[in-house]
Amino acid sequence: MEQSLNYQPGLPEPAAAKTSGIKRYLTLLLRSRTATFGFIVIVALLLIAVFQSQFATHDPTAQSIRVRLTPPAWMEGGDPQYLLGTDQLGRDIFSRLIYGIRISLLVGVAGVAISCLIGSTLGLIAGYFGGWVDTVIMRLVDVFLAFPFLLLAITFSVTLGSSLRNIIIVLGITGWASYARLVRGQTLSIREQEYIQASFTIGSNDFHNIVRHILPNLVTPIIIYSSLEIGVYIIAEASLTFLGMGVPPSIATWGNMLATGRDYLSNAWWLATFPGIAIVITVLAFNFVGDWLRDVLDPKTTYDI
Amino acid sequence: MNPDQPILQVKNLAKYFPIRKGIILQRTSGYVHAVDDISFDMRRGETLGLVGESGCGKSTAGRTIIQLYRPTSGNVIFEGTDLTGVSGSALRQTRRKIQMIFQDPYASLDPRMTVGQIIAEPMLIHHTHQGEQAKRRVQELLDMVGLATNYANRYPHEFSGGQRQRIGIARALALDPSLIICDEPISALDVSIQAQVVNLLEDLQRRMNLTYLFIAHDLSMVRHISNRVAVMYLGHIVELAARDELYENPLHPYTQALLSAVPIPDPKVRGKRQRIILEGDVPSPIHPPSGCPFRTRCRLAKDICAQVRPENREIRPEHYAACHLV
Repeated sequence: MEQSLNYQPGLPEPAAAKTSGIKRYLTLLLRSRTATFGFIVIVALLLIAVFQSQFATHDPTAQSIRVRLTPPAWMEGGDPQYLLGTDQLGRDIFSRLIYGIRISLLVGVAGVAISCLIGSTLGLIAGYFGGWVDTVIMRLVDVFLAFPFLLLAITFSVTLGSSLRNIIIVLGITGWASYARLVRGQTLSIREQEYIQASFTIGSNDFHNIVRHILPNLVTPIIIYSSLEIGVYIIAEASLTFLGMGVPPSIATWGNMLATGRDYLSNAWWLATFPGIAIVITVLAFNFVGDWLRDVLDPKTTYDI
Repeated sequence: MNPDQPILQVKNLAKYFPIRKGIILQRTSGYVHAVDDISFDMRRGETLGLVGESGCGKSTAGRTIIQLYRPTSGNVIFEGTDLTGVSGSALRQTRRKIQMIFQDPYASLDPRMTVGQIIAEPMLIHHTHQGEQAKRRVQELLDMVGLATNYANRYPHEFSGGQRQRIGIARALALDPSLIICDEPISALDVSIQAQVVNLLEDLQRRMNLTYLFIAHDLSMVRHISNRVAVMYLGHIVELAARDELYENPLHPYTQALLSAVPIPDPKVRGKRQRIILEGDVPSPIHPPSGCPFRTRCRLAKDICAQVRPENREIRPEHYAACHLV
């Protein structure tokens, strides 16, 4: 796009400015293989989560001791009825994986949303206004970050009791500190830019500056960080559940499955492996899409469409 | 409004920045005397050049006048209103007519806004133009600063430094200002572009009867554009005079030294000139010298210079200098 610097008046606008909206994003999405993969995975997960009863072959909680620890269908001793085998209580792993999607996505997305909301707001206030507000908020952040995450999460979940709603709240309030730190740093560097001062000279106030100049420039780091955090939260839910502090064991979640599968790793590897793979793929998908979003949302990246 | 009345009166303006120490219990351990007791008037339609070396407080002076920094003491009276006395929305209304052009054309435009949004922002904040009207006004302004009107949908990074500076100028013009503070508007640009931007500024001044406070360290450029020139040293204005008077008859020893450093293209003339080379560094603005701020480097300094701060006196008609020895 170098030639656009010497763009002469009167010539038509380059095509890049004309194609806009959904079509433009779709073209850009298809251009990146990783993003396409991530996008397809996320859409598929969402669809499966919505229509979970159509996809599941069994009731995820139906136990049948007779068929316990059946290996996956393609292995010796496998039963084609149980595609990915069964667990120690004879529950169908494939169906449990399907039913776990909702929980994992919900925990990931909602947990990140809560953290992001609390952390970004506090970080923005700390970075923009500075002074004692900044000192108070950032010392609080230090306290939160100094605690090991799991210890903090366990403390909260023991106090609040374990339920799906509570685990989302627990993850939200333990994870905000790193958001606050990220956003504060970015805000500090943005607010010292001359365009913020220019904005004051044309008559804007703090609120206008934050909404029109600081927030739009914070979107990129927040999105990238969130796409990574969604993965972390899915794993965190798994770890908490693994430790028995998360979602009640009666609900099928990937974390739950991973936790119980650990005891059978030596003789029934499929119990822990499939939920593990599911987590890896989901986390990767979010990272890929986040990576792509960063490029697309940056006006400095130019594309020829 | 009385045309003879100065558009801007700066009276004993001072800006000290506190130096803070400690993390939780902050205490002030001293002050940076960035601008110390400066006074001058500006007449409607003139260009006042404000020169001085880096760190002398000329940018801080400009930013304090427009109230980006609130002054420590002194008054800034713009068209009869004392800006130091108002704040909040009253201040925003009053200083609509004062705008600023910034030094760095890369940092002064929000990278996430299109050129059209940047130029329209002042109008939307002050509700002067809306919707289609604002769009038309943006095109008019782009045309005024010599940019193609279809640039409105582009982002700042697609432009060169000179073009970006024109965008900054268009934004400053959006509210029909009467005074523009130009904070080194050309020092970040290529030499070949500098002249274009200066010509644009002069052209706009004629067309819109603008008053410029032109802050710069390039003495030849200031000579070209200014009607009057003020010389700053360590937060003080040491000399203020009409352009030709100042350049031909500098009275203050600092101005003389500064002007003797301006390159002269003709080697014959250059040979005749006496070059005054200043010794030492600019003193720290945290602990400015007693008496005259320039005495530590002045080749003429006497005892009185360390004891009494020289006031700005009218030594010749309309020619002010702050020196005991002239």
